[in-house]
Amino acid sequence: MSKVKMHRASPSIDMTPMVDLAFLLVTFFMLTATARPDEPVEVSTPTSVSEMPIPERDVITITISKDNTVFFNVDGQPTRERLLAEMGKLYNISFTQEQTDVFKVLTTFGLPIQTLPQFLELSREERKEVKQPGIPVDSLNNQLKDWVLQTRLANPRVRIAIKGDGDAGYPVLKKVINTLVDRKVNRFNLITGTEEMPAEMKAAHTPAKKPS
Amino acid sequence: MAEVQGGGGEGGKKGGKVRSKKTSTRIDMTPMVDLAFLLLTFFVLTSTLSKPKTMEITLPEKPKEGDKQPEVNEKKVLTLVLGSNDKVYWYVGITEPEAKREDFSKNGIRKVLLEKKGEIRDMIVLIKAMDNSKYKNFVEILDEMSICNIQRYAIVDITPADKEIVKQAKL
Repeated sequence: MSKVKMHRASPSIDMTPMVDLAFLLVTFFMLTATARPDEPVEVSTPTSVSEMPIPERDVITITISKDNTVFFNVDGQPTRERLLAEMGKLYNISFTQEQTDVFKVLTTFGLPIQTLPQFLELSREERKEVKQPGIPVDSLNNQLKDWVLQTRLANPRVRIAIKGDGDAGYPVLKKVINTLVDRKVNRFNLITGTEEMPAEMKAAHTPAKKPS
Repeated sequence: MAEVQGGGGEGGKKGGKVRSKKTSTRIDMTPMVDLAFLLLTFFVLTSTLSKPKTMEITLPEKPKEGDKQPEVNEKKVLTLVLGSNDKVYWYVGITEPEAKREDFSKNGIRKVLLEKKGEIRDMIVLIKAMDNSKYKNFVEILDEMSICNIQRYAIVDITPADKEIVKQAKL
């Protein structure tokens, strides 16, 4: 054996570039991630080839769950505050300041307004446990109509999106749509997942136009 | 893993011949890397990949009393009735039509729509949903309209006559 010393490569490697990359990615995902608001129900929307994005702000989301319950949500805390005050006046229910504060940060809810004060008194965890019966949309007791109307008065720029579960029945959708059309809301959005346009149809297709 | 390496070559000249131990400028990055990747994994997994899209629909205003409804040539009318179990029934015309049943697959209703679109000029599609149809079917059929590039369609309430026609098609 010769006495030439073998140069041992150090088992440790320079991790700096890897760390740089990792933090870059962390930063990217942190900035792009939007916290998912906690929803009272899980909704799996059907897919469509539509490529129109949802407006970021001023959206009323009417959720229809699998068991045909209707939920309501609107973004913007000032809008929500005004909305609750107006709805309270309309239904002769007074909300305390604490309840209003809770409502401002609440997301989707599906309760008749009569039970809303009680619901707002609960703690965050307790609210999650509550099985929400949905907003009444029957012709005799249609509170959705008032929610939509008052929201539009509170924020005229608001747009309406319907987020329905694929397995929701058509009749409940019809009720919701009729409610909207009654209030002269003729244009609204259906929230869907994305789906690829079939390749053989792509060529013949010109950008989608509105139905006449 | 990163280790603490001995002081640089030119250290130890300070204060005569006493060699002061120079701490390395390198630090052990392992915990930081662990944390970075933990965060990375968390954000990758929680971020939603595809943002949902929307489909805009515009409905006509409710007809006022005394408003005249537009009349259409019945030969140009294709009626689609959404039924239960992801089935769709279709027929052309209004008087004594014969309904046929299709599904929502590629070779189902889309084929019919494309065929009829070629046959009938200025075709008008009426979409009628039965009470036992699903929201999914409704979205699918609207989607077929945009896939097949059909611009004249209307969403109409179902009539007892339609139900009768569909019942016969089921047999």
